[in-house]
Amino acid sequence: MRIGIPKEIHPNERRVGGTPRTVKRLCEAGFSVWLERGAGELAEHSDAAYAEAGAELMDDVERLWGESDIILKVRPPKLHEELGQHEADMIGEGATLIGFIWPADNGDVLERLGKRRVSTIAMDRVPRITRAQKVDALSAMANAAGYRAVIEAAHQYPRFLAGQTTAAGSIRPAIVLVIGAGVAGLAAIGAARGLGAIVRAFDTRLEVADQVRSLGADFLELRVKEDGAGEGGYAKVMSDAYIEAEMRMFAKQAMEVNVIITTALVPGKEAPKLITAGMVESMREGSVIVDLAAQQGGNCTLTVPDQVVEHYGVRIVGYTDLPSRMAIQTSWLYSSTLVNMIEEMGGREGFTVDTENDIIRGALVTHEGRILWPPPPEPVVEEDLPPQPWDEGKGPEAEPDPAAAAGKTKGRGGLLWLGVAAAAILAVGWGAPDTFLSHLTVFVLACFVGWQVVWNVTPALHTPLISVTNAVSGIIILGGMIHLSGSLASPVTILAAIAVFIAAINISGGFLVTRRMLAMFRKG
Amino acid sequence: MTMSANLVTIAYLWAAGLFILCLSGLSHQESARRGIMYGIVGMLIALVATAAAEEFTGYALLAGIFLPAALIGLFVASRVKMTELPQLVAILHSFVGAAAVLVGFATLLEHGAERAGAAALILSSEIFIGVCIGAITFTGSVLAAGKLHGVISGKPLLLPARHFLNLGLLFATIWLAVVFVQGSGDPASQLVPLYVATAITALLGLHLVAAIGGADMPVVVSMLNSYSGWAAAAAGFMLSNDLLIVTGALVGSSGAILSYIMCRGMNRSFVSVILGGFGTGEGVVVEGSGGEHYPIEVPETTDLLRNAKRVVIVPGYGMAIAQAQHSLAKVTRILRDRGTDVGFAIHPVAGRLPGHMNVLLADANVPYDIVHEMEDVNSDFPRTDVVLVVGANDIVNPAALDDPNSPIAGMPVLEVWNAKAVVVLKRSMASGYAGIENPLFFRPNTRMLFGDAGTNIDALLAELQSESAGVPVG
Repeated sequence: MRIGIPKEIHPNERRVGGTPRTVKRLCEAGFSVWLERGAGELAEHSDAAYAEAGAELMDDVERLWGESDIILKVRPPKLHEELGQHEADMIGEGATLIGFIWPADNGDVLERLGKRRVSTIAMDRVPRITRAQKVDALSAMANAAGYRAVIEAAHQYPRFLAGQTTAAGSIRPAIVLVIGAGVAGLAAIGAARGLGAIVRAFDTRLEVADQVRSLGADFLELRVKEDGAGEGGYAKVMSDAYIEAEMRMFAKQAMEVNVIITTALVPGKEAPKLITAGMVESMREGSVIVDLAAQQGGNCTLTVPDQVVEHYGVRIVGYTDLPSRMAIQTSWLYSSTLVNMIEEMGGREGFTVDTENDIIRGALVTHEGRILWPPPPEPVVEEDLPPQPWDEGKGPEAEPDPAAAAGKTKGRGGLLWLGVAAAAILAVGWGAPDTFLSHLTVFVLACFVGWQVVWNVTPALHTPLISVTNAVSGIIILGGMIHLSGSLASPVTILAAIAVFIAAINISGGFLVTRRMLAMFRKG
Repeated sequence: MTMSANLVTIAYLWAAGLFILCLSGLSHQESARRGIMYGIVGMLIALVATAAAEEFTGYALLAGIFLPAALIGLFVASRVKMTELPQLVAILHSFVGAAAVLVGFATLLEHGAERAGAAALILSSEIFIGVCIGAITFTGSVLAAGKLHGVISGKPLLLPARHFLNLGLLFATIWLAVVFVQGSGDPASQLVPLYVATAITALLGLHLVAAIGGADMPVVVSMLNSYSGWAAAAAGFMLSNDLLIVTGALVGSSGAILSYIMCRGMNRSFVSVILGGFGTGEGVVVEGSGGEHYPIEVPETTDLLRNAKRVVIVPGYGMAIAQAQHSLAKVTRILRDRGTDVGFAIHPVAGRLPGHMNVLLADANVPYDIVHEMEDVNSDFPRTDVVLVVGANDIVNPAALDDPNSPIAGMPVLEVWNAKAVVVLKRSMASGYAGIENPLFFRPNTRMLFGDAGTNIDALLAELQSESAGVPVG
């Protein structure tokens, strides 16, 4: 089976769908790899390194596209201007394409791919389930983007980020506001903290607060309580009242902070406008905004994609190629997820497009001539992602319903038992002699006392409790002693003597072992 | 020296009050030791008062059997290792059960012919109930001790139609009770039904405990604790002795509460535990492999611990088996000296006794104020850097919360997966007592440290020690 890795033709795209390390992995797995000459140039990977890893270098781009079984891409296919042909038209009939597709924005590409009966795996559509983390290219790229956003901000920012006290005077640290604490936001928080800035962060999903704090940033909270956790760890659209409160807070923050990094995205929708022109104007001169949502229209109204614009002395960075600016490592991370995806699909031996596999099915956007986008509204069971600082948050924990239901029936059962017990006591009282009833009174009262006292016992002392009650229940020795006064040979006395014997062991052993246990408990 | 009946009654009242103070002392570690002293004093008062009663004459016999027995008890209790505690407690329960049976027979022989009418019927019922509960307690405790000591397999014995067998035994006992009570006033004729009933309830006790798996042992031990109390209370009724009644009721309700707490810890009803057979067939589906797990080695674990600000250790029965608590305590000390915040998280049903882990950790000199209960510690996991799971499995299984079809669904568990990293010390990928796969092991923030927990903790300790010896702490 042949894998083709063409050079990316999107302007400013430095990444590539394979690095020498991943090409080597593919070759070792038994694939043959065709790589367009110069594909890795911008990611600092020489053709020689690829050749050494086992790739065959190709000059004929059309042949590479047309005769490969699997094509590994970074960006979605587009018009190849040198050849005057669309990449999606060059791909071989029935081949497999793996890469970022952004199907919502690229309907025409899907149609072209569908016509050529291509199986297209969109890496941006991989479902967010635990098992899919090794093919989660988006998180890997978002992580890089978040880091790079801080570096770009620092580059544009004409001051120190960290505070210093020097002989010549002290410098106040910069305050960085990160909006959206997903993968990118958390990476940005970490990087900004690392450079010494004071970091504040905001997210509509309340459960990320702990992750934000764990990185040493302040989590900004709104008075309005509303949790913004949506499906699959993304945020949902919030209510008007909430958005209003949110905007007021941003306006206040804009006057205080020096750097704003926005990462707010709602899937399938234009990015929410969070930073207005007025807020930008209220910021101090020299401040910087880095808008990671520039590609989707930007979180700031003044953002221009791929440019740095200046407005009232505030620089607004709208780069859409942040991961590409660290092409060596992002290429490697990205292409690793591609190789993992190929392995998920069966590797060299069993490569198939298995529509039963939930990862493959989720990412598959064209298959056998059909366009599978938008996906059918099937109920996908979302696994909870583990909350890691480097990952998007997860949905709120579901209350275990069975427990609550059991509690209710238990309550009813308890009442029933109480009723039965009361009736039984009444029935006994009908015919029993007085002495028995007085004993019964003592017994029932003692049960209540025991109930009250034992609930107060601390759980750490449950073992001592068992052992001391065991010693105390040796009081049965009295039953033996009462029968001890008869003749030595009578069976009653013998039975009683044995009872006294074992109960005595019980008493002394039980108390001593309890004392030993308690002696061990010490305060630190 | 003799005491009038009134004085004896007053002495019994004191004893009963002291026993209550004894149990209430256990509400805090600080007051617990004083509480035990109350218990001992109460017991002494009760013994002296009984011996000093007017009708008591068997001093020589009492001294002849009490002193050696007490010495045996002291000897055993001073020698027993803390890890053998569960079986010691169980065997002591069996003594109470056996004593109740013997007292029941003695009472029947001594007083069976004295009463007539309703009083005779009530005495017969009391004797019968006391003997039956005693017999169940006796055999059940012996078997439980055997299971805990490892002499008898901890696997539940699941006979076909075992519920019918139990029901059959129960009905036979009830029928015998009717026969027995009808013969009231004529002890000689009552002996045979009582013998048979003793044998049948003894069998019932064996069978009940045999059907319960090792993980449910905390419930079994609490239950037997409760039974031994009820047996003592029944003896009190037959002897018209209020002290026995009060003490028996205290112990009985204490055991019942513990059983309830343990059942709640597993989110299972008492009945389902008693009927046994947890996680063994009965439509419980063990899921296929949940994905990849990530092994880790001792040096990497040491690095994780070294760089953590907050560490929580979750001990399970595996720690008790491996005797790892002493090394674990030393690891804890080194980490705390370095300024790491180390805590222990105890699940209510960890181990084989209620509070078992607390005792083992106390034995290893772990200060009790860093040993936390499940409710207190669950909310802290998100700000915990490393969780060390030592020989625990089902009590850290996320399936209890996530998977409504899981056999342990709804059981409260320690939510360790919310921590940044989890290291699980485990022999292999085998499933726990409940026989359920644990998705925790396949979480991306979980690492598996395979091997004997004791050996691995020792290795961890050695790594930490070698480092702290080389670099000055602080």
